Amino acid sequence: MSARTDINAGGGWLGLYVLAYLVFLYLPVLLIPLFSFNNSIQAAFPLQGFTLEWYRTLYGNPALSGALANSLVIGVISACGATLCGITVSYMDLYGRSPLAATISAIARLPILIPGVIVGISLLILVNLIGLGPSRISIVLGHILVALPTTVVVMRSRFAAIPKTIREAALDLGASDWTTFRRVMLPLSAPAVLSAFMLSFLISFDEFIVVFFLAGTEPTLPLYIWSQLRFPRSLPTVMALGTVILTVSFIIAGTAEILRHRGLGAARRNPA
Amino acid sequence: MDSFAKRAMNMSTVVAARPLPENRISPVFRFAMLLPGGLVTFFLILFALGLVVFLAFRGNDGSLLGVGLTAENFVTVATDPLYWTVTLRSLVIAGLVTLATVVTAYPVAYYLAFHAGRRRNLLLFLVTLPFWTSYLLRVFAWKIVLAYNGVLNSAFIETGLWKEPTLAFLNTPAAVVVTLAHAYAPFAILPIYVALDTIPKSLLEAASDLGARPFTSFRRVVLPNSMPGVLAAALVVFVPTVGDYVTPAMVGGPASTMIGTLIQSQFGKANDWPFGAALSVCVMLVILCVVLVARGADRRFGSRT
Repeated sequence: MSARTDINAGGGWLGLYVLAYLVFLYLPVLLIPLFSFNNSIQAAFPLQGFTLEWYRTLYGNPALSGALANSLVIGVISACGATLCGITVSYMDLYGRSPLAATISAIARLPILIPGVIVGISLLILVNLIGLGPSRISIVLGHILVALPTTVVVMRSRFAAIPKTIREAALDLGASDWTTFRRVMLPLSAPAVLSAFMLSFLISFDEFIVVFFLAGTEPTLPLYIWSQLRFPRSLPTVMALGTVILTVSFIIAGTAEILRHRGLGAARRNPA
Repeated sequence: MDSFAKRAMNMSTVVAARPLPENRISPVFRFAMLLPGGLVTFFLILFALGLVVFLAFRGNDGSLLGVGLTAENFVTVATDPLYWTVTLRSLVIAGLVTLATVVTAYPVAYYLAFHAGRRRNLLLFLVTLPFWTSYLLRVFAWKIVLAYNGVLNSAFIETGLWKEPTLAFLNTPAAVVVTLAHAYAPFAILPIYVALDTIPKSLLEAASDLGARPFTSFRRVVLPNSMPGVLAAALVVFVPTVGDYVTPAMVGGPASTMIGTLIQSQFGKANDWPFGAALSVCVMLVILCVVLVARGADRRFGSRT
């Protein structure tokens, strides 16, 4: 009997388990869209019939559209910041050959080991100290920090997958560091840059724990949802809004993951 | 791709063997490239955390950075039984969540590494996708599942299993554990999968050739070799859960107040920032201990690295 068949024994049961696990992972989240179309103010069985009423309540709500605009602006700006930092930090970590670059890269991944509540309060103290106070700029700073580990990991694995000789050849042909970076390394990692940007946008767009401390008078979308949860009457509206957000998140995250894998696959196929 | 990149790629095969004495980075380029990351890491991370530690040793007088130099905040944390209770509860809840996520994720990672075949990429995609959806919405979903007039109660009554809705689901520490375990489930699979996937197949064949039964081979070869991944998974689940304040507020009720809840209220209603900072420092110390224990365990198992 070969090792292969040994390992494969019992795969069927394991397959069933994985299926059950996926159901557990997705079922609670999919209840939100289900009940958002239900013609009842409560999320309970039996279903009371199909309605689009709750989606209609999303239109013409100035507080909601204000929060949406805020979330979009903050998401795009902090994604730009986090992606820029992710690119430069991981590039210098791999090619900078200096202890400082390695230290920066290590610290950039540190927020994984700090609970969000502490990131939130540390930034709250900081932005009050420098006079910004809770504001949209403070939220952008917070979200750059929260998204940084992700962009560093995504960009680092992409840069590491590019054969070393390509960069060395560019330098050998007389390209400056800047030209090598901008015209060789960056175009070769374009899918990962886009993926890092989309993922950090999503992180900012969905982030609640840190933004809770840093928001001034203009809430973001998750804060708007949180404020609505106090009112049982607005439960269906929250579910309709949640459905829209989940759909957008799935599309953006799906595209980003596909881009990331395509980029990595292409890098491995390139001759070195 | 631009032509320069193509040329460089063609050249790369030719120059691979030659040493590159001119390959030195210009100071201006180095400075420009280190600037954004340096600002964020040193200012927003290190300096901000330094402020928390500084504030923890100050007295509260309502001003931003407090007054004096005192260890009083830490004395209060150490002597008031309330903080011991809440800290212990946070550790137990986070520990249970970590155990539940890692134990349930392991078979999934195992399947992905050894059985998934052509479906592997699709499955990997499916288990990572929830990772990118709103954490607030995932917790909110559990609130509507567990509520008094919610999904679970109404489903049980509809199917005739129960006559009366029960209050027993919502506002319990158990609800917090289930919700957090679900919210952080996707975090645990990837590190374990990566560890399992990098085990050399020859190792498993050798075990089998030497007469090990599948279970023995799993217990003595696969499991020890995947421990670094298990520990990494445990860490990425434990850290965010131990400081969580959203889930206790949404589904936990007053009996599930966690340390994150207390920190949040010190910077909100209670308005005692130095004391909140001291609590934060304690949480960071607890996490540091956990990281060191995990490191030690990793070294014991980590013969591979």
